[in-house]
Amino acid sequence: MSQSFRNISEQSAWQELTPGGEIYEGGTAKAYKTGEWRSNVPVWDPTVCKQCLLCAPFCPDSAIPVQDRKRLDFDLDHCKGCGICWKVCPFQAIRMEQEVRE
Amino acid sequence: MSIRDRLSGNEAIAHAMRQINPDVFAAFPITPSTEIPQYFAQYVANGLVDTEFVAVESEHSSMSACVGAEAAGARAVTATSSCGLAFMYEMLYVAASARLPITLACVNRTLTGPININNDHSDSMGARDTGWIQLYAENNQEAYDNYLQAMRIAETPDVRLPIMICQDGFITSHAVENILLEEDDAVKAFVGTYRPENALIGRDNPLAVGPYDTCPYCMEHKVQMAEAMKNAKRAVLDVAADFEKTFGRKYGFFEEYRMEDAEVALVLIGSTAGTAKACVDLLRAQGVKAGLVKIRVFRPFPMEELAAALAHTKAVAVMDKSEGNSASGGPLFAEVRSACYDLENRPALIDVVYGLAGRDCAVEDVERVYRRLLTIAETGEIGPRYVHMGQRSTQEEVL
Repeated sequence: MSQSFRNISEQSAWQELTPGGEIYEGGTAKAYKTGEWRSNVPVWDPTVCKQCLLCAPFCPDSAIPVQDRKRLDFDLDHCKGCGICWKVCPFQAIRMEQEVRE
Repeated sequence: MSIRDRLSGNEAIAHAMRQINPDVFAAFPITPSTEIPQYFAQYVANGLVDTEFVAVESEHSSMSACVGAEAAGARAVTATSSCGLAFMYEMLYVAASARLPITLACVNRTLTGPININNDHSDSMGARDTGWIQLYAENNQEAYDNYLQAMRIAETPDVRLPIMICQDGFITSHAVENILLEEDDAVKAFVGTYRPENALIGRDNPLAVGPYDTCPYCMEHKVQMAEAMKNAKRAVLDVAADFEKTFGRKYGFFEEYRMEDAEVALVLIGSTAGTAKACVDLLRAQGVKAGLVKIRVFRPFPMEELAAALAHTKAVAVMDKSEGNSASGGPLFAEVRSACYDLENRPALIDVVYGLAGRDCAVEDVERVYRRLLTIAETGEIGPRYVHMGQRSTQEEVL
């Protein structure tokens, strides 16, 4: 059986990696937390938000989850802080802040 | 039963391809390999094969098409020469690093410049570090036989590397020679069907090929490739053994011609071996202990085996049919000299760069090299280690 990417980490030996880095599953981008690349973080103010949902389709990283026709807070594991949502929001319900990491 | 025929080297390769009936052939014409896709296109038009023939707009595209097809689970082949191979350069690495066992028929031609269409090995020597297996042929028979063995070597599960089947442009590719061909059914049975463990085609087992490889992983994948190339040594010999059992013709990493008691020897690649064998016979008739090693497998490089073959010699000339522009010798010289380093009693070693851009090399030229080796063996004085042979000069040259 081919090796699952879930069993491969930065501690894996060369013998444990798949040939050429092949990946034998779909949807693996979800497991790759690209939010670490972020230097600016969007902050959502639900009291100002009108739920027009313009932001969600503009997000290049699918980092604005939508449930029951309403957006939820950002998926910061995948948001790269590009600010497109902040730019398209007609109600200034999103602001960009400097990312602070511990 | 083998079939006696007479074919050019390009015809022999096209014939082998027709017998194997690969899934995809993507190619762009370039002299002197153009005839291979040309003949094959006729096979396609005449319904002799059911290969998807893709006439692409460049060699970068032909190799890209092969990469896509092979990743999809198809057996993909191409043919090229010289600047065409150079244009593939980026994709050669992609093919090897994605571990796709594509087969490339390389008809060796010099690389520009100044522009020239004749034979030397500068094209495939430039690709020697790409992770491709490289087999070289002396004549049409070997080009055909190497091609029949190519896919089984490349597709071996612990190898999975692409393979280049090289022959000398015009000298081998266009000269018609006697050849023993094998029957279609026997060839198909020998080569077998390509059944990769994973392929892009097929819903049930998703696959992604060639992902971005970050620093914590990429070196590990390069080590895997290096190990695969070591494994290819075993695969080359395994396939050769089965080939000999099936068709009766014997192959190894290299051919040793009258090497058993040789004191002076040449190491070279390709069609010049025929000329050198004639010279060895001539010298042997005069009592000179001359021998020849003709390299068949350049990648993986048979380092220990070659050193053992040269261990008892006194002086060796490596004949490089490409200029490495290293200011210290050609690529074959670097490898052979390195191989001999571990010998307790190393032979004296010189490099002779010859035959560039189609410059002729006759029996008397080869004899001059052997005579120089005899002087070195006798006097112990090596003189210049890295010389060219065959060029006009205003001064007296070493050879």
